[in-house]
Amino acid sequence: MTLTTGQAIASIAVMAVVTFLTRALPFLLFDRGDHPPKLVLYLGQVLPPAIIAMLIVYCLKGITFASPAGWAPSLLAGGAAVALHLWKGNDLLSIFGATVLYMVLVQGVFG
Amino acid sequence: MDRKTLAAAFPVTVPVLMGYLAIGMAFGLMLQSAGYGVVWAFFMSLTIYAGSGQYLGVSLLATGASLPQVAFLTLMINFRHLVYGLSMLEKFRGMGARKLYMMFSLTDETYALLSSARPPEGVEEHDFYFCVALLDHSYWILGSVIGSLAGAALGFDTTGVDFAMTALFLVIAVGQWKAAGSHLPALLGAAATLASLMLVGAEDMLLPALGIIVLVLTLMRPRLEEHRTGKTKQEAGT
Repeated sequence: MTLTTGQAIASIAVMAVVTFLTRALPFLLFDRGDHPPKLVLYLGQVLPPAIIAMLIVYCLKGITFASPAGWAPSLLAGGAAVALHLWKGNDLLSIFGATVLYMVLVQGVFG
Repeated sequence: MDRKTLAAAFPVTVPVLMGYLAIGMAFGLMLQSAGYGVVWAFFMSLTIYAGSGQYLGVSLLATGASLPQVAFLTLMINFRHLVYGLSMLEKFRGMGARKLYMMFSLTDETYALLSSARPPEGVEEHDFYFCVALLDHSYWILGSVIGSLAGAALGFDTTGVDFAMTALFLVIAVGQWKAAGSHLPALLGAAATLASLMLVGAEDMLLPALGIIVLVLTLMRPRLEEHRTGKTKQEAGT
């Protein structure tokens, strides 16, 4: 563990408070019948796909191209997640299938 | 809350039961492999209660991220919740003290259930919503505790289990891609983040990426608003 117990508790408290605020903010701002500004509504619609795409790139930032072990597990398992999801459309199957494949690849095949 | 309400709410929540047990277990395993045991899993799931947020939380704890970084990343990943609240303003009106809990527990899945499910005849609407929210939360806590205990007891090699986070985001992205009127926001998000990764490196890539995304989306508003389907479509994912 890189953090002390106190630091870890502080981090978790920050996550809890910020998460609650993102959920409570619309109620705090717009619960009196005011209409939310159009720009807020617009960003609320177009931001989520952009942010998820951003997080996918963030998750894959560790990919290297020096050897197949640096990129093949992520790309194969990532491809499997997308393919499984397009095929069956079942969240669990896609997430678990891809994660198990990735674990097999990094521990066994490319380990 | 009486048995009748519980009996009405439980069947509605079964898909979430399956999902939360599984995704919660993966979270418990990840947290365990990062060196944080079952007590941590329990309290994180009790107090934060966000799937992708907690997945990200594991890597934030493991890498020793600073508090401002933690706050910023949590804000980013949960930004979509702002939209959920907007469509629940009417539904939660008049729920009194329970409304605080309804706001706290408004995850993607609970949002999806509350958007579609209606209480059967003879069951009070607000009791029903509250019961659905409470059941979902308890599944999530249960899943993470089971995952954490399993990780500790089985002691198998959990290397690579953190890929569950990547897979979760990919699954959400596929759903958003299919529902979206325009693919430009998703493509922009990927392109801006890649550019940021090249320019400033992996450590500080997210803030510049987000800046570019918000700026470009704001500038493109006249064009993108023509594409809008008119209703907010959010895919499941935590």
